[in-house]
Amino acid sequence: MRQWRFEVFNKAGTTDVHGNGVLEDIKELGINSVEAVQSAKVFLIEAGFDKDFAQRVANELLADPVCEEYYIGRSKAPAGLAKATLIEVHLKSGVTDPVAQSVTTAILDMGVEVDNVRTARKYVLLGQIKQNQIEAISKKILANDCIEQVIVGDAAEPPSPHLKPYELNIVHWPIRDLDDDSLVALSKGKDLFLNLVEMKTIQKYYQDLGREPIDLELETLAQTWSEHCVHKTLKSSVDMTVNGENVHFDNLLKETVFGATKELDKSWCISVFDDNAGVIEFDEESAVCFKVETHNHPSALDPYGGAATGIGGVIRDPMGTGMGARPIANTDIFCFGRVDMKNDELPKGVLHPRRIMKGVVSGVRDYGNRMGIPTVNGALYFDDRYLANPLVYCGNIGIMDKDKCFKHPQTGNLIIVVGGRTGRDGIHGATFSSGEMTHEHDTIFSHAVQIGNPITEKKMLDVILQAREQGLYEAITDCGAGGLSSAVGEMGAELGAEVDMEDIPLKYAGLNYTEIWISEAQERMVISVKPENLEAITKIFDSENVESTVIGKFTGDKKLKLRYSGQLVGELDMDFLHHGVPKYSRKAVWITPKLSEPNIHTKDNYNEDLLKILSAPNVASKEWVIRQYDHEVQGGSVIKPLAGIENDGPGDAAVIRPKYNSNKGIAISCGLNPCYGDIDPYWMALAGIDEAIRNIICVGGRFDRIAILDNFCWGDCTKPETLGPLVRAAQACYDGAIAYSAPFISGKDSLNNEFKCEDGSRISIPSTLLISAISIVDDVTKCVTMDAKKAGNFIFIVGLTKNELGGSHYYKVNDQLGANVPTVDLQKGPKISERISQAIEKELIASCHDCSEGGLAVALAEMAFAGGLGIEADLKALPRSPDCNNTAAQLFSESNSRYVIEVEPGRFGDFAKLMLNLPFGQIGKVTEDANLIIKDQNGKTVIDADINELKKTWQKTFNW
Amino acid sequence: MDQVKAVVLRAAGINCDMETENALRLAGAQAQRLHINRLVENKNLLDGFHILVIPGGFSYGDDVAAGKILANQIKHHLYESIRKFIDDGKLVLGICNGFQVLVKAGLLPGNGSGNSQKDVTITNNDSGKFEDRWVYLQPQTGRCVFINKDQRIYLPIAHGEGKVVTDSVESLRQLQDGGFVAFKYVDKDGNEGPFPVNPNGSVCSIAGLTDTTGRVMGLMPHPERFVYHTQHPHWTRLPNAGQGDPDVSGTIFNNAVNYMKQNF
Repeated sequence: MRQWRFEVFNKAGTTDVHGNGVLEDIKELGINSVEAVQSAKVFLIEAGFDKDFAQRVANELLADPVCEEYYIGRSKAPAGLAKATLIEVHLKSGVTDPVAQSVTTAILDMGVEVDNVRTARKYVLLGQIKQNQIEAISKKILANDCIEQVIVGDAAEPPSPHLKPYELNIVHWPIRDLDDDSLVALSKGKDLFLNLVEMKTIQKYYQDLGREPIDLELETLAQTWSEHCVHKTLKSSVDMTVNGENVHFDNLLKETVFGATKELDKSWCISVFDDNAGVIEFDEESAVCFKVETHNHPSALDPYGGAATGIGGVIRDPMGTGMGARPIANTDIFCFGRVDMKNDELPKGVLHPRRIMKGVVSGVRDYGNRMGIPTVNGALYFDDRYLANPLVYCGNIGIMDKDKCFKHPQTGNLIIVVGGRTGRDGIHGATFSSGEMTHEHDTIFSHAVQIGNPITEKKMLDVILQAREQGLYEAITDCGAGGLSSAVGEMGAELGAEVDMEDIPLKYAGLNYTEIWISEAQERMVISVKPENLEAITKIFDSENVESTVIGKFTGDKKLKLRYSGQLVGELDMDFLHHGVPKYSRKAVWITPKLSEPNIHTKDNYNEDLLKILSAPNVASKEWVIRQYDHEVQGGSVIKPLAGIENDGPGDAAVIRPKYNSNKGIAISCGLNPCYGDIDPYWMALAGIDEAIRNIICVGGRFDRIAILDNFCWGDCTKPETLGPLVRAAQACYDGAIAYSAPFISGKDSLNNEFKCEDGSRISIPSTLLISAISIVDDVTKCVTMDAKKAGNFIFIVGLTKNELGGSHYYKVNDQLGANVPTVDLQKGPKISERISQAIEKELIASCHDCSEGGLAVALAEMAFAGGLGIEADLKALPRSPDCNNTAAQLFSESNSRYVIEVEPGRFGDFAKLMLNLPFGQIGKVTEDANLIIKDQNGKTVIDADINELKKTWQKTFNW
Repeated sequence: MDQVKAVVLRAAGINCDMETENALRLAGAQAQRLHINRLVENKNLLDGFHILVIPGGFSYGDDVAAGKILANQIKHHLYESIRKFIDDGKLVLGICNGFQVLVKAGLLPGNGSGNSQKDVTITNNDSGKFEDRWVYLQPQTGRCVFINKDQRIYLPIAHGEGKVVTDSVESLRQLQDGGFVAFKYVDKDGNEGPFPVNPNGSVCSIAGLTDTTGRVMGLMPHPERFVYHTQHPHWTRLPNAGQGDPDVSGTIFNNAVNYMKQNF
């Protein structure tokens, strides 16, 4: 067997897009000695074919005859080694290589079976480059240490793909006689992330059993009991002190977020907080489900892979909800550090925010687009405290028939794993994500990074939906955090299960039984199948080349039994596994911070502030990100993320129409305001709920069908002063859900988003609550967008503008925080939203825009430039609270529950009648000339700007 | 003929099959999605259809290059069947990834053009990234049965590898002079221009190609994504907001089905 090496370069005269991108990144790194970068694809193929066939492979398959050329063997450096540096990036042994799999199949189509294929990337850097620069370029741009190996020069050989097979060796971790210190040391030493109370609970279990645990058993308990999987903190009892007064919760989640849902008891909620996603009614026949997850820690280490598997993982949640839903939309919300930060400001072990952002966006793009699911809604938020802990929220919505919303695994059912194979990737993901990050995490936890292959997932989805339609399985769930351990453990929780682990198909040899059991390798689902359906279901999977394997069965003895080569390697009582985790009581404290309002002088003109806010990263156009996502695949697009005459205005929410034969749609939005949390997380949470709901209402979503989701990302909640803000936010979730009659249907938390720097100092993220919202649109042809439509139309604002600049962007661009955080009037807020929703239903509204970040001035500017029209507004007619006298507050206050609305003159009467008794005012009109003019209460012009200038400023921040 | 039957090809990573099937149905065809394995197993299966559409997606992950692996599979297993399908007077449409597949399998510009996959290809966008945006398309040839020569249309693109290139000026001239260019990217007034008018840097703004018969067409934009008025990016601004607008939506599919009804 010979190894053939193929190198494929761009032909001279064609554009080397990848090489140019790398050169750009090198310049951004501040290295100017590199003159040019050439990139090449490298294929290493072990096969018995001859040189003629090798040339055919190169000509017909590997190289494009028009724009590429190839070398068989190693190409020489074009300018000689004195002036050129060769760098090759290979995948580490065992890392999934999808291209290699495709090439193997393609050569088989050409009639030859090959032994092994590996791919790599080669870079030729021209210029006099210093050794330390080569290292920086390799580490920061070309390769990710977690999954890739860099070879400089042309001498060294790439890592061998051949691994030794595993020989069974059952390992016990004795704990029965350990003292407290040793228990803690064991947990720490094995990365179990179990605390002393948990370790003692487990110790007692084994003392009662009269034996020592096998390593696999402790690993399984650690996965199942991880914060990531059981949400210990949110379910714990909490004693909280609020400014000296005591409040007690028996179970925080049940009494706040979940409590509201229970109290609201909506008939259209089909399944909430129970399955992999929350399920609500769509129409007579169908239901939709929604889940939002975070993938923060993996994205910090490997932004591309972490984000890709984040979206890949959350797509499997609806696929694993009930009997399996068909995914119809993705959402993504990211929080990063400042992207213009200098390299020397970065703590050790932290990637640059710009690299994280580019990697995360590409990861979501490549996975979401390849799955053929439109990414329709999202947000970006920047704050330096996300530097070491970027937040990557990914959401997915699925649709299924109403009679397929529940699963029923039964004793005697076979356990089948479908889709991808199990590898060493993603080991300890669940426990890793539950702990804090340190500067050493990039080396220690590299194995926690998962590698995604969207095409494997797409193939699996295609066949699972066919099997579902034929009723060939009884239950389905995804392999997410905790891998098979969680999937089989949860599905068999009430039954008991036994699994033969050597039957589980592996990506490569050498995995021990524990690695197999807890691997978080992607693209796998577990289904429960009656033995009589095995043949039929296997036939479906085989017909589209999807691997499926029987790995065990559900037994009925309420035990989890794991075998390898017939030998027992683990046995746990399901009851202990799922209900043995000790209940926690935690302490929380909240002391209202002593903040004050800054003294900002009244100005004659606010153009400059408006421009500064428009170009602030949190407000600026996200078109660079949005266009990289396919937001129209599946053909259901109604309201796109970009709106207006040039298709570039900031839409409030997305609307999709999931069924071709119906005009019913769903509206999807989000709300996120970490800034306000620095003043009071209670109002931050309510602002998030109000904003998500406003966005839904703006496009025409039904007010009485709004369901919301919570995603808490917090710092270390064992600290009372960190848990306090979380409790405040949870209380607001209850109040907001009840006031808006909008139940929470699903949620997830990611705690411990802290980073321990080399010098021992800590960076904690700001308290961050993401609210996602979904509602039904009865008739999508009545939907509304935010762009100004026609000169002569009236502009209204509905909702009260208050003196609430605290945490606003106006203060932010003036380096202030303030104290007057925007509040929510829980009586009036819902009334306003309901009334606007009715106005859209009656088709009285030409355009409608959420008044949020940057306040009224920004909302008007966005409506104007999205519509390519001017707006003249007068603050005299602004409905405001008595203390809102300052022009800056009137322009930029971010008071909640406000909508800016455009109405045709002919609809004025009906619209005004409908708004009766609400705070609303006609503040201006749409004009033909392309200017935004705003006059203060005395009629003096305080903003006068060309809309094209405003738009250009808003667009330039991320014009990458 | 009365009932036009259309088949939409499925394969690993193809993901625009459902909306393409729906677009064909709206145009009056009886449409069905079929996995490539079924066609490879039974080469006669294609005989029962009149229109073959290779839809968009990322067939086999676009590994090696966009459409390359599926093109290779077609070349080795289905080339003759598809060739016969075309020779029988039937229609083949490749959208986005399907266009890339047709070009890389040598079916476009196709036999007799003087061009083969050795002189025309589709490669990375000049921008280096995937982009979803709407573009105007100006038809260039009267030969292609899918298009109305004088009707400019507006459709979304969504791709990272859509730049049409030729190996030489000579090949490009053959494409243009021979009427192989189906569509060019233009602005709303019909003029060619730089990015974003030409969203990927295609030579001579080429957005789609046809063959000598005019019965095979491939294009990067997605006609199946504009078959309802509410899919238009600023439908809420249009005077007949929410109402159907048959002038612009669904043209390509309507033409295909009508052609088969009248000519087969």
